[in-house]
Amino acid sequence: MNAIVISALLGVVMMLSGLVLNKSKQIQWIAILGAVVLLGGSLYDNYLMGMGNTSYFGMIELNSYTAWFNVLITGCLLMYFLLFHKHIASVGKNDAEYFALMFFIMCGVYLLSTYTNLLILFVGIEILSIPQYILAGSDKNSLKSNEASLKYFLMGSFSTGILLMGVALIYGATGSFDILSPKFTDQFQQLSGMSSMSLIGILILIVSFGFKSSSAPFHFWTPDVYDGSPTAFTPFMATVVKVSIFLAFIRLFHFSFGNISDAWQISIAFMIAMTLLIGNITAVYQQSVKRMMAYSSIAQAGFMLFAIFSFNATSWQGIMLYTVAYTLASLGMFAVIIKMKDYTYEGFNGLAKKEPVLAFTATICLFSLAGIPLTGGFFAKYFVLSAAVEQGKMIGLVIFAVLMAAVSAYYYFRVIISMYFKTGDAELSEPTTTIEKAFLILNAIIIIVLGVLPNLVLLR
Amino acid sequence: MLIVLLILIPLLGGLATMLTSDKSASYIATGFSFATLVLGLASYYFYIHPGQTELVFNYPWIEALGATFSLALEDGLSLLMVILTAIAFPVLFISMFNKQPEKAARFYGLMLLAQAGLMGVFLAKDALLFYVFWEVALIPVYFLSSLYGGPKRIPVTFKFFVYTFVGSLVMLIAMLLIYQQTPIHSFSWNSFVSVGSTMPPSEQQWMFWLMFLAFAIKMPIFPFHTWQPDAYEQSATPVTVVLSALMVKMGLFAVVRWLLPVLPEGSRHWMNIVMLLAVIGIVYASLMAMVQTNIKRLIAYSSIAHIGLMCASIFSIQIIGMQGVAIQMFNHGINILGLWIIVSILEHRLNTQDMREMGGIAKIAPAFTIAMVVISLANIALPLTNGFIGEFMMFNGLFNSISSYRIVFTVVAGLGIILAAVYTLGMIQKVAYGELKPTTENFKDLTTNEWVALAVVIGLIIWLGIYPDVLMGLVNSNF
Repeated sequence: MNAIVISALLGVVMMLSGLVLNKSKQIQWIAILGAVVLLGGSLYDNYLMGMGNTSYFGMIELNSYTAWFNVLITGCLLMYFLLFHKHIASVGKNDAEYFALMFFIMCGVYLLSTYTNLLILFVGIEILSIPQYILAGSDKNSLKSNEASLKYFLMGSFSTGILLMGVALIYGATGSFDILSPKFTDQFQQLSGMSSMSLIGILILIVSFGFKSSSAPFHFWTPDVYDGSPTAFTPFMATVVKVSIFLAFIRLFHFSFGNISDAWQISIAFMIAMTLLIGNITAVYQQSVKRMMAYSSIAQAGFMLFAIFSFNATSWQGIMLYTVAYTLASLGMFAVIIKMKDYTYEGFNGLAKKEPVLAFTATICLFSLAGIPLTGGFFAKYFVLSAAVEQGKMIGLVIFAVLMAAVSAYYYFRVIISMYFKTGDAELSEPTTTIEKAFLILNAIIIIVLGVLPNLVLLR
Repeated sequence: MLIVLLILIPLLGGLATMLTSDKSASYIATGFSFATLVLGLASYYFYIHPGQTELVFNYPWIEALGATFSLALEDGLSLLMVILTAIAFPVLFISMFNKQPEKAARFYGLMLLAQAGLMGVFLAKDALLFYVFWEVALIPVYFLSSLYGGPKRIPVTFKFFVYTFVGSLVMLIAMLLIYQQTPIHSFSWNSFVSVGSTMPPSEQQWMFWLMFLAFAIKMPIFPFHTWQPDAYEQSATPVTVVLSALMVKMGLFAVVRWLLPVLPEGSRHWMNIVMLLAVIGIVYASLMAMVQTNIKRLIAYSSIAHIGLMCASIFSIQIIGMQGVAIQMFNHGINILGLWIIVSILEHRLNTQDMREMGGIAKIAPAFTIAMVVISLANIALPLTNGFIGEFMMFNGLFNSISSYRIVFTVVAGLGIILAAVYTLGMIQKVAYGELKPTTENFKDLTTNEWVALAVVIGLIIWLGIYPDVLMGLVNSNF
């Protein structure tokens, strides 16, 4: 609860600081300080949860997984600010507003991880999405940015409308918005006891979540939006936001619809297969590394869907670990991309000679994304695959998933090949400072530490 | 504690070497590899005199998964592989003293990191740890092959990497499936073996292929071998040593340690098919080797033939066959190390891998020719060389196997010996005999460091050829 309030307040503080201060550096530092305060707030929430204060107003409930998730995601936000604060401020003239919007988005993230009322789900998704429409279009001079913003707004509103339709149908079937109330849970005890209205409601909810989480066949907006948005905001959208949507998804489906998993597992399995296939195959053909990362985030979403498909405790561990590993790896990779002048593969040629630190940290991040052992990404993939194997159905889907993971190794390694093995003149748009390199190295170190000791992030 | 050092010394050595200057990198790396060699010989001593030091190491790693960081040196096969890895690197580094690569610090650092990964594969007693080391051993080798080598090395090595990666990922799924069935949810080797004894045969049959695919690609076995000749040809010869002498042993080792005990019924069910593929590989690769003009491709194909025989012999599931494979894994490693050192000398002096440009070297470089002939004869498994005893035992095992096609397999595999003689002697004839060519006129004989390295190899060839009991004693105990 504290985290929600603090993030909203920080948003306001950032807006006001934009009026009061006029030096961009000061605004950036206030934002970073705000992220630290937010981290403190979520740690305090975690502590309070341990003490027993779990439910607030009957609409939000923290348990050990979600309180810890809040801490992890805030840590990722802090890392994002540390790596990108300069770039966020240089997108346009309204630096403080961008940071403010991000704090509001975090407010939505906290709502989505702890909701027990479907109305809060809707409010959280809207709070999460609307600032993103603005962020996507922040680069007013770029036509691609305008297009991204409009596409995102239209698709986002459309999918929120579908979400509301699903919520309304479920409300009609159960008579309650509260997912913990007996009226609600009674409806979803057994497949035979369910009305067709609630089944259709669940299906529509799956469709809406598919849109929000960029799973196939609802992913078509993602490449244009991620590619068109200013490169400073794409990592935030592709990581923090995407992961919190998955947490909202898994929360609802495992807590409430767990007993009737036979009804919706097939749909999720179909989505997984399509997402992995489309995401990976199209990523292979990309010529721009930024667009490749956008498509690869679709493919990673496919793996995260495995956590929803498998209804067991290992999948929660998987989502926790995937959160941190995938986010840090993507942030690290985008942090290197944003420094390049040319976003194509040829633009990376010879980066290892020119900027060994950038090339090395990018390599660690790419290893993590591909799932090579000794990086956090391996254990993330391991946990979600293990969860899928544990629940026993559709082993063929798991084998298909690892074949697609091998395909992903192809396009991730293309970047490594360009950086290390090809000669060329990789140009940076501006030189990197030592502090920026230090944070990139810190990011890489955390990824490797997670690869050796994943239990640091997991709950007992 | 001793066996952790076997992995730790190369790992730290690799990292340290990467930070030194290029001039001293060679000596520092050789120093570290000698330290590992001493540790390897110490392990051998403690293995044959049990009771003084525990050759196991267990440390809790991820309790939530039941994965422990557990290493053990409990049987002759692991010991042989550890000693092979410990010997190969110092000998290789010494032979390279007069042939320094560019950016030597990076080169030697990556080589030592590869050694650390290899040691981990041979020592791991925990399936997840085994998988981690299996992949980690691949990464430095991938970088080495892509940074140093022939003009087409980048796409060729990439193909090698993705091919191997596919196999490894499928193996991971098999491991997860087996892990799910372990009674106490543990990744340890013992629990995996206990699953194998209770798993129904029908399930073992399809699980077999999930696991075997990774090893079939690594060894390689026909038809998963297509990455190998190109990768061996295009990589720089010292890196080819690592690929050919050590990494293929990973595949064979994994079959003996992690496949046969864990899925015995599955292995029994598919043994005819696997032996068939292996034997086809022997004949096909030998025929291909006969027509090669590039010396590296010739040796690459001959390697497929040798590995094919070893794989067929493993699946004969006869004690004598398995013992022969264990011995041959060590001896083949030593022999092929020597052969690749010969090739690197040729490459360094003549700047070519094409045998049509070579000839008449025996007239002006007798020491080199003697070395080359002895090592090549060891490769053909001539009696009195170390290659003979292993080959003899393997054929024995193949002939006595429980397969109904054993006679056919043995006869066809026997063709491999004849063909091996053809292409190996043909290679010697093209390179060392005949007329002196313009390229070979100024061939300098062996330098000091080269003959030291080759002397170690030849010494082992002859000593183990005359007195193989040293090896027999090691493998008798565990099979």
